[in-house]
Amino acid sequence: MYKNLTFKIYFFIIFLCFYKTSLAASTNIEYPSQDWSFSGIFGTFDKASAQRGFQVYREVCSGCHGMRLLSYRHLSGLGYNNEELKALSAQFEITDGPNDNGEPFVRPGRPSDTFVSPYPNEQAARAANGGAYPPDLSLIVKARADGANYLHALLSGYKDAPKDFNVPEGMYYNTYYPGKLIGMPQPIYEDGVEYADGTKATELQMSKDVTTFLAWASEPEMENRKRLGVTVISFLIVFSILAYFSMKQIWAPIKKKV
Amino acid sequence: MSKNKSKNSVVEWIDYRLPIFTFLNHELNEYPTPKNLNYFWNFGSLAGITLVVMIITGIVLSMNYTAHVDYAFDSVERIMRDVNHGWLLRYIHMNGASFFFIVVYIHIFRGLYYGSYKAPREILWILGVLILLLMMATAFMGYVLPWGQMSFWGATVITNLFSAVPLVGESIVTWLWGGFSVDNPTLNRFFSLHYLLPFLIVGLVILHLVALHRFGSNNPIGIDAKGKQDTIPFHPYYTIKDLFGLSVFATIFAAAVFFFPNFMGHPDNYIPANAMQTPAHIVPEWYFLPFYAILRAIPDKLGGVLFMFGAIAVLFILPWLDKSPIRSSQFRPIYKLFFWILVFDCILLGYLGAKPAEGIYVLLSRVATGYYFFHFIILLPLLPNIEKTRPLPISISKPILSSSSFSTAAAVREKK
Amino acid sequence: MAKKENNNRRDFLVISTYAFGAVGAGSFVWPLIDQMNPAADTLALASTEVDLEPLEEGQAITVKWRGKPVFIRHRTKEEIMSAKKENLDNLKDPQKDEDRVLNEKYIVLVGVCTHLGCVPLGQKTGDVKGEYGGWFCPCHGSHYDHSGRIRKGPAPVNLEVPNYKFLSDKLIRIG
Repeated sequence: MYKNLTFKIYFFIIFLCFYKTSLAASTNIEYPSQDWSFSGIFGTFDKASAQRGFQVYREVCSGCHGMRLLSYRHLSGLGYNNEELKALSAQFEITDGPNDNGEPFVRPGRPSDTFVSPYPNEQAARAANGGAYPPDLSLIVKARADGANYLHALLSGYKDAPKDFNVPEGMYYNTYYPGKLIGMPQPIYEDGVEYADGTKATELQMSKDVTTFLAWASEPEMENRKRLGVTVISFLIVFSILAYFSMKQIWAPIKKKV
Repeated sequence: MSKNKSKNSVVEWIDYRLPIFTFLNHELNEYPTPKNLNYFWNFGSLAGITLVVMIITGIVLSMNYTAHVDYAFDSVERIMRDVNHGWLLRYIHMNGASFFFIVVYIHIFRGLYYGSYKAPREILWILGVLILLLMMATAFMGYVLPWGQMSFWGATVITNLFSAVPLVGESIVTWLWGGFSVDNPTLNRFFSLHYLLPFLIVGLVILHLVALHRFGSNNPIGIDAKGKQDTIPFHPYYTIKDLFGLSVFATIFAAAVFFFPNFMGHPDNYIPANAMQTPAHIVPEWYFLPFYAILRAIPDKLGGVLFMFGAIAVLFILPWLDKSPIRSSQFRPIYKLFFWILVFDCILLGYLGAKPAEGIYVLLSRVATGYYFFHFIILLPLLPNIEKTRPLPISISKPILSSSSFSTAAAVREKK
Repeated sequence: MAKKENNNRRDFLVISTYAFGAVGAGSFVWPLIDQMNPAADTLALASTEVDLEPLEEGQAITVKWRGKPVFIRHRTKEEIMSAKKENLDNLKDPQKDEDRVLNEKYIVLVGVCTHLGCVPLGQKTGDVKGEYGGWFCPCHGSHYDHSGRIRKGPAPVNLEVPNYKFLSDKLIRIG
């Protein structure tokens, strides 16, 4: 009966994967897989790329998309130091208040402030975008199936619509958007930003960079998590081996009798 | 162990007045356990440990969580981003739910395979089914707390099940919600109950253990221990074996928590709840999928709900449905075959639960649902009449159906 | 003898397994404890900037810093004089006034009585200021002078001076 055990364990692992694929299969579009710095067990964020991605977000996306779960201080995770963060956050205007007269007032941002949202509320966002709501990007990579590949595909998925495909006013044709009609005009064009580090801002480069940045924003804990995971799992494997041989030794007299 | 019983006068003083040490020694140390338990008997203790881990991480998470529709989602994200080790605690708790169900489902199927529900362990089994029910309620309400899209719509769909009750259905649902839709009052009470129910589970687990220790564990060949030669003390033999099982389990669990924390989750739950928009494809967590498939297989609203609850209710009367006096399916060739069909059937139901309710999937769900009930209600009572069982061994230590290696070894010894 | 060695080896293996288990369980406890320490967002709000421009001589303001009141008083010449010339021998917790201020015009104090954590009176014009003209804690009757030093009552030490610095003549950052 022990011989069967390995088979049975495999069986349950397969059983799990089976469930998962059946879930994944329900989202029907396949996105081309990119080679991301952060994929895999040892993957880490390419900090330079993520910093460039932040620049793209700031100069392009943030006109419409907020990231309300992030604060400027969080950017220290991308390698900015305290002074840089102070200078950076001070460039934003924060409406604070009430002051001693009970009025709201505007002050320069501080690292502890959350990212400034482009719109005060969802209604305003819809009104400014023809009824479509530009989603918050704080969690976008985790909130979409195969998030990073999806975003990259979407950003590079703007094509001319086929002749017989009717694209209504205010909508745009995108091969990777469910239904192929998206309310967001193509956001990224070659040289849309001028990278501080001199990297050539091709469409592909920008889309990779901004996706890396957004992946970091979704899972800022990822590098810590993987690093701790390697330690914990190595520990547990050694522990398992010790426990196994202890068990064999303790059981030896019993097994001998049987 | 008697030497340990002990020179320590403080322990003796306490034990004389409160015999807690005697009790622990008796139940966790000397406790006679069949010597032939296989690794499937690890899952009981694993389930207990997982429960403790869930309660501990849950308590610390609740220190940082805000049960209010405006703050719940953000407070969970604050846990993920700002609270020290918050991401670790949350991912342990989140994946812990899935692993708890994996462990408990294996534990249940082990019980089915080896006939652990049969006399005199009926109450033990029933307590187990009650624990399963409470686990489901707890897991469901816990899934609502992050207040993402799946939380909200899962809550809406599941609470709406009760609207199928004739006459008072609508009132029950309104009562569950504390309003006219899933909203802040619902979230608050779910949080309260999600905190409470695990402690009820602990209570049931204690009863489950009391019932277990009355007659001791069942074992792979399913016959009672005949005497000392068939049993060994729980410690150190099964403590070390459970520890080994735990270490392997923890390794797999850690791999999920640290490297694939969202594998068993759903991306839509990272979108804040929106009462105006249902996600395109809503599915429950994987551990509910078989039941969800049964619900959808029945073309009638009330019928679907009844069958779904019936799928668990039937487990309560299982000890009386299975009339065969033989416990282990090692000696029941036909039952063994149908057991594996049932396993496959449940997996198929789970698969179908994740699929949209259309086309071939509907038909398959009906067939699978049909088999599920056929298995318990018709097959099990009738099987003893037609099944020719294999001869039972005399005792655990002297299996007459011993492997050939045993007899050759004995023969070799004799020759010497 | 060989058997004994064997036993020792077995004991060593089993004991190290248990030790490993204990270490593992112990490390799992740390995140459970650490999550109660201040979170990153709480730490980020740990400093506060205060503009002293509107604060006239003789006036006081109270600002909130790390969830506690901070007293800032723009002292008059007389108050400064009285705080400075106090004989240290008269004090329970001897400290020079110069050591308690960065700019002698402004005294900045954590407004929490060092006895049991009540908030002393003395910030508002009508408040009881105690026998030494500074602050007075109504809970158990501690009297503080113009430098926030304990003069009478059960409090053991002077009012705490928080970490702060002048960013400009009239702007301070606490914390």
